[in-house]
Amino acid sequence: MSVFEGFRFRHVSSPIHRRDPRVKFLYVLVMFIAAVMFNELPVLLVLFFLQVPFVLVAGVQRQWLRSLRGAMFLVTFLFVFNLFFGYISPGTVPGGVSPLEYAFSMSLRFLVLVESFSVFFLTTSPDHLSLALEQSRVPYEFTFAFTTAVRFVPVLAEEAQTIMDAQKARGLELEKGNFMKRVRNYIPILIPLIVSAIRRSLELAEAMESRGWGAAKKRTNLYVLKIREADLMLIIISAILLATAVYVRYFVTIPSITMILSK
Amino acid sequence: MAIIETKGLTYTYPGATKPAIRDVSLTIEKGEFVILTGPSGCGKTTLCRCFNGLIPHFYAGQLEGELTVAGLKLTEHPIYEMAQRVGLVFQNPENQLFALSVEKDVAFGLENLGVPRDEIRKQVDWALQITGIEELRERAPHELSGGQQQRVAIACVLAMQPGVMVFDEPTSFLDPLGAQKIFEVINDLSKKLSVTVILVEHRLDLASKYADHVVIMDEGKIVLNGKPREIFNSETARLIGVGIPKATLLWQLLQENGIRLEGVPTSSEEAARLLREVLKT
Amino acid sequence: MIEVKNVHFTYPRGEPGVEALKGVSLNIRNGEFVAIMGQNGAGKTTLVKQFNGLLKPTKGEVLVDSVSTRDISIAQLARKVGFVFQNPDHQLFSETVEEEIAFGLRNFGFKENTLKRRVTWALNLLDLAEYRKTSPFMLSGGERKRVALASVLAWNPKVVILDEPTIGQDHRQKEILRQFIVQLNAQGKTVVIVTHDVEFVAECGPRVVLMAQGQIVADGDARKILTDPGVALRASIVPPQVTQIFLGLTDLGLPTDVIDVEEAKKVLLEHLEGDKR
Repeated sequence: MSVFEGFRFRHVSSPIHRRDPRVKFLYVLVMFIAAVMFNELPVLLVLFFLQVPFVLVAGVQRQWLRSLRGAMFLVTFLFVFNLFFGYISPGTVPGGVSPLEYAFSMSLRFLVLVESFSVFFLTTSPDHLSLALEQSRVPYEFTFAFTTAVRFVPVLAEEAQTIMDAQKARGLELEKGNFMKRVRNYIPILIPLIVSAIRRSLELAEAMESRGWGAAKKRTNLYVLKIREADLMLIIISAILLATAVYVRYFVTIPSITMILSK
Repeated sequence: MAIIETKGLTYTYPGATKPAIRDVSLTIEKGEFVILTGPSGCGKTTLCRCFNGLIPHFYAGQLEGELTVAGLKLTEHPIYEMAQRVGLVFQNPENQLFALSVEKDVAFGLENLGVPRDEIRKQVDWALQITGIEELRERAPHELSGGQQQRVAIACVLAMQPGVMVFDEPTSFLDPLGAQKIFEVINDLSKKLSVTVILVEHRLDLASKYADHVVIMDEGKIVLNGKPREIFNSETARLIGVGIPKATLLWQLLQENGIRLEGVPTSSEEAARLLREVLKT
Repeated sequence: MIEVKNVHFTYPRGEPGVEALKGVSLNIRNGEFVAIMGQNGAGKTTLVKQFNGLLKPTKGEVLVDSVSTRDISIAQLARKVGFVFQNPDHQLFSETVEEEIAFGLRNFGFKENTLKRRVTWALNLLDLAEYRKTSPFMLSGGERKRVALASVLAWNPKVVILDEPTIGQDHRQKEILRQFIVQLNAQGKTVVIVTHDVEFVAECGPRVVLMAQGQIVADGDARKILTDPGVALRASIVPPQVTQIFLGLTDLGLPTDVIDVEEAKKVLLEHLEGDKR
């Protein structure tokens, strides 16, 4: 589960944490587009290391590294997969690039994508996120569903634990038996969990209605997100990044590491 | 002046064979502190849901009779209109809090009503202050104790400034000390803000000293309706199996043995006071 | 039957350095009736979960029937120590009440004939015979509580732990529950209830183990503990109503260890008779 550790928000504050989530998301989107545009290892390496200053400023190095570790399984798989196919059908690998380098590029690209999202989620609290959704013209029903879901995740996790305890106390042994039996062992856990979730939603709906849900066509908001100078800077950085990426893509020939090494 | 008036209110849940409440006729005056009690299944929760419009708008089923709350006829107004006049606090504190911070939760109702931001801020600050939870403002609901959560729930409803607040067994999940704190908060609302309070409770020992009107229901009907001392003292109350305050029980036992006290106590402080008079002589 | 030896416990995902149990020692003998009391958060549930192995001590040891809880599985412990959780909905999942009660029996390997007999026995014990083929989800709150209780008693554990059995119950239901628990104990079962309901305990009169902040602050007779205002303060509990009346009359020479209405009447009458002479 350590890959999820890399996405969980912590109650810290830093210049990155304080940025408007919409602007941060724009930056992540730009990173995403840039990564998708390139196969070339040198560029991807640059993109990867570009994240590091943000991670350091935000102070989330440990969690970020943990999420890197968590993603390693998939990354290794991608690496082996691409290496294998790179040798089997040489047509898939672009000219002048060794299959090894190609495999590195593909797996690194995946890592860049995952890690840019990781930084986003590590530095954006769920309430900031929901605020951003609210103010981005997303219909309130969706934002509310999102926020409520996040709010109840720890509650449901605890409840699942309690249910497991309650059934273990009646002699249920989750680890016993063959595969089929083990799957069936989870029925006494899932059913109470589902029933409880349904009951809970009913109570929530009652509470929502009782507090004027649907009263006004246009909901107002206690908090409002404001774009500050630092946010503008991030927007400019993102714009520059995107422009540079486009320029490099169309006007610059990037030598591959293979070619550099063979010189 | 009556703030709630019902005549012959009868309601059957969809698919049920018999009505949950039958022929309920009740008048509640503005500013009263009412305790509504009775054995499990007597219809008190159903009645509460009628007060703010959940019945019949949220729960289908059959509703007969009349109910007027703060001048509004129940059937003619949607829940969100009723909700501005009657607030409802539920039993389980956890399932009434949806937001990720206390502040945002308290603001929820006002946001729904489209109230301007500065107004919301003022109301939220006020509600947090009255319920004594200002220091919990930025906390997440999951980090709070049951008692704290329940106070947040009260603040959430209070922020909309309803004239009537209904509490459906708000202390079920709390320990006696936590329960006492909640009753004190509710009492404050009643005395300081003149909010009409309807409290559904089993713990009459702790709550009855605040009430000036008691209603006991059994099997969907109102069986007793009047002043606390008369009600708790009556034979019917004992037969229904309601948890009469121990102070009143003691009074009854002493009465049977020829000891007269200057009044019927419903709380331990009162009983001590009255006994003191008798013991001093 | 149950020996708790200087147990310390910290929740694995809890705040480091915050112990939920700080050196708790306790012995519960076979056939005892014990009420573990204290405020919410005092550590009561954490303590009783050590009895059936759901939690294992971080330091110290818990012995059930002279076997350490670290040395046997939870299932083996559960056979001897039945635990009825606070919310029956955390346990109910079967299509019929019958199936629900049979669940524990099946897990413990009871043979079909014995199983059938025990199910019938449990249904009758908790007055649920008419609901044998009913879905537990169709029953009322109080009825579901009874099903949960029946499903635990069915396998006849030596010890029965009830976690907050009085929550959400009305007066009459509490009275029935009280009588049931007392009877259970009279039949030789070791009964442990975890509760903050002082009035309920005052009426049952068990041995009281009072906890506060992860430690045991008092252990003994219900009457002595519940009527001691100093103890009540330390554990943040509220003394029974009747006791509160007498605590307000100490200057008149009245005893303060009264917890029952009948008793109170007797004491007051005697006092008044005494005055008259």
